[in-house]
Amino acid sequence: MAENKNSISAEGLSIGFGSQPLVNRLSFQLNAGELCAIVGANGIGKSTLLRTLAKLQPKLAGEIYLHEKKMHSLTPNDLAKTLSVVLTEPIASKNLTVQELIALGRQPYTNWLGNISRNDKDVILQSLHTFELHDIRHKKCHELSDGQLQRVLIARAMAQDTSIILLDEPTTHLDLHHKVYILKLLQQLAHEYQKTILFTTHEIGLAIQLCDKMLVLDGKENPFNDPCQLIEEGHFERLFPKEMVQFDPKTGGFKINK
Amino acid sequence: MSDQKTYKAPFLFLFLAFLVAGLLNIGLGSVSIPLGAMLKSLVGLHIENESWHYIIHSYRLPKAVTAIMVGGGLAVSGLLMQTLFRNPLAGPFVLGISSGASLGAALLLMGASLLSGYVSFSMANDVSLAVAASVGSFLVLLVIMLVANRVRDTMALLIIGLMFGSISAAIVSVLAYFSPAENLQRFIFWSYGSVGNLSWPQVGILSLVVFFGLVLSIFSIKGLNAFLLGENYAKSLGISLKKARYVIIIATGLLAGSVTAFAGPIAFVGLAVPHLTRQIFSTMEHRILLPAVFLYGAILMLLCDTLAQLPSSANVLPINAITSIVGAPVVIWLLTKKRKIIF
Repeated sequence: MAENKNSISAEGLSIGFGSQPLVNRLSFQLNAGELCAIVGANGIGKSTLLRTLAKLQPKLAGEIYLHEKKMHSLTPNDLAKTLSVVLTEPIASKNLTVQELIALGRQPYTNWLGNISRNDKDVILQSLHTFELHDIRHKKCHELSDGQLQRVLIARAMAQDTSIILLDEPTTHLDLHHKVYILKLLQQLAHEYQKTILFTTHEIGLAIQLCDKMLVLDGKENPFNDPCQLIEEGHFERLFPKEMVQFDPKTGGFKINK
Repeated sequence: MSDQKTYKAPFLFLFLAFLVAGLLNIGLGSVSIPLGAMLKSLVGLHIENESWHYIIHSYRLPKAVTAIMVGGGLAVSGLLMQTLFRNPLAGPFVLGISSGASLGAALLLMGASLLSGYVSFSMANDVSLAVAASVGSFLVLLVIMLVANRVRDTMALLIIGLMFGSISAAIVSVLAYFSPAENLQRFIFWSYGSVGNLSWPQVGILSLVVFFGLVLSIFSIKGLNAFLLGENYAKSLGISLKKARYVIIIATGLLAGSVTAFAGPIAFVGLAVPHLTRQIFSTMEHRILLPAVFLYGAILMLLCDTLAQLPSSANVLPINAITSIVGAPVVIWLLTKKRKIIF
């Protein structure tokens, strides 16, 4: 779609609940094909930011642009065709099969009754294929492992066929292997399919290695840049209290202070 | 929805079961009518026995249609509530609809006599009873809608509905405590539930309202499917939460409200049938579940009513007792077999 153009950006964005902003005057800009991690301490507002960007909760001030259009000017259905989400909240019905769940991603494109067209079917099959879910497509969600379920949820977002995908902590509850697997998958989706992918995570070390851009929520400056730049400017050192862990700029990871 | 799964076989099975249940329901009763004569009479041919013809057309047929509307309507509203509240134990009555109807009926049968002596008692015929119950359930529904406007959390809405139920139950018991035995008995008979006391015009009104409720349900199918993921996901798919919630609540109100008004508060059908249906149709897709649940509910109600008539005897059991005796073990069986109700 939009080559190398601004696909999602925020200007002077304030987020939070009621009159108490969690994060103030936040600005960033992402292009098509970029993978970006949002990192920061617990309770700093990562998930709130993600929900605000998905219009699941109102912003307090500032502006969000999707493909250079103000987000609130989009109809709910156009928004659903532009931006999809993978949330931390468990899905309501674990009795859905993998295929049924992925098919729900096609809702913005179906008619009033939700009839699946031939094209929708192709997209669903494609998604099953891309995420290697074809063999378990008739399994119910409660029969899946956490890693499989996460893959299914990402496949659903992929079936929604949006240029932007937001994911809230896609790697929690996963072992190291699956963490890396999911993050590499996201990188592949961003680079191969030119998706703009924004996710929150606590895996700072992994994110530094895989992401094109990072947004560090530190409660003050909230720097946004590519990971190497952020390391040089020393933003990760200030993320946590120094008594416990220390950032090692050489390895790009954290060390426990003994 | 899925590539090779079609549900022709289970639907055929349900439809045949529906026909059998319907014929059983019409054929059995205090007077047993042979199948041949019954079929002849149903298709409009003349039969020898005039009284059979009369029984079928003026009593059993409206009763069967009522049972279909009651069972189907309650079951569909149960499905709507379970999906909306993401709660396998939700039924059509969680929003306080049946308590509202009870309150309306109680106010008419017992309250009026308390206020103005015994004058109003003669007024309380079956039609005004239905009207009072409808008004009661509609008022509760209206309050719930107002609350739904303010409360964003669907779970809070569920609890508020239950609280309304408690308040109405309390008022009903106060009314019952002070009312004369005769009125109390009428109220108790209403609360037993019955599908047999409706005239054709009443059946017509019930069917019309249930039809509207079903139409609204069909328009909610897409939203219901999205709700299976949760409200935030539904919103991210472009569903307007407020509108979808309104339509679902109104549909439930029309279905459960009208059924309760005409047939009394009938237990368990709304809760149990969606679970039973999910056992046969192993899908969560509402385009499949909605018609299946309606059919299944209608079958169950026809059978329960047939049982309640105690074939070949002059006695009739309260239908609420039958649905509870059938329904409660079903829920227990589901819980023990599956260890949990997976919704």
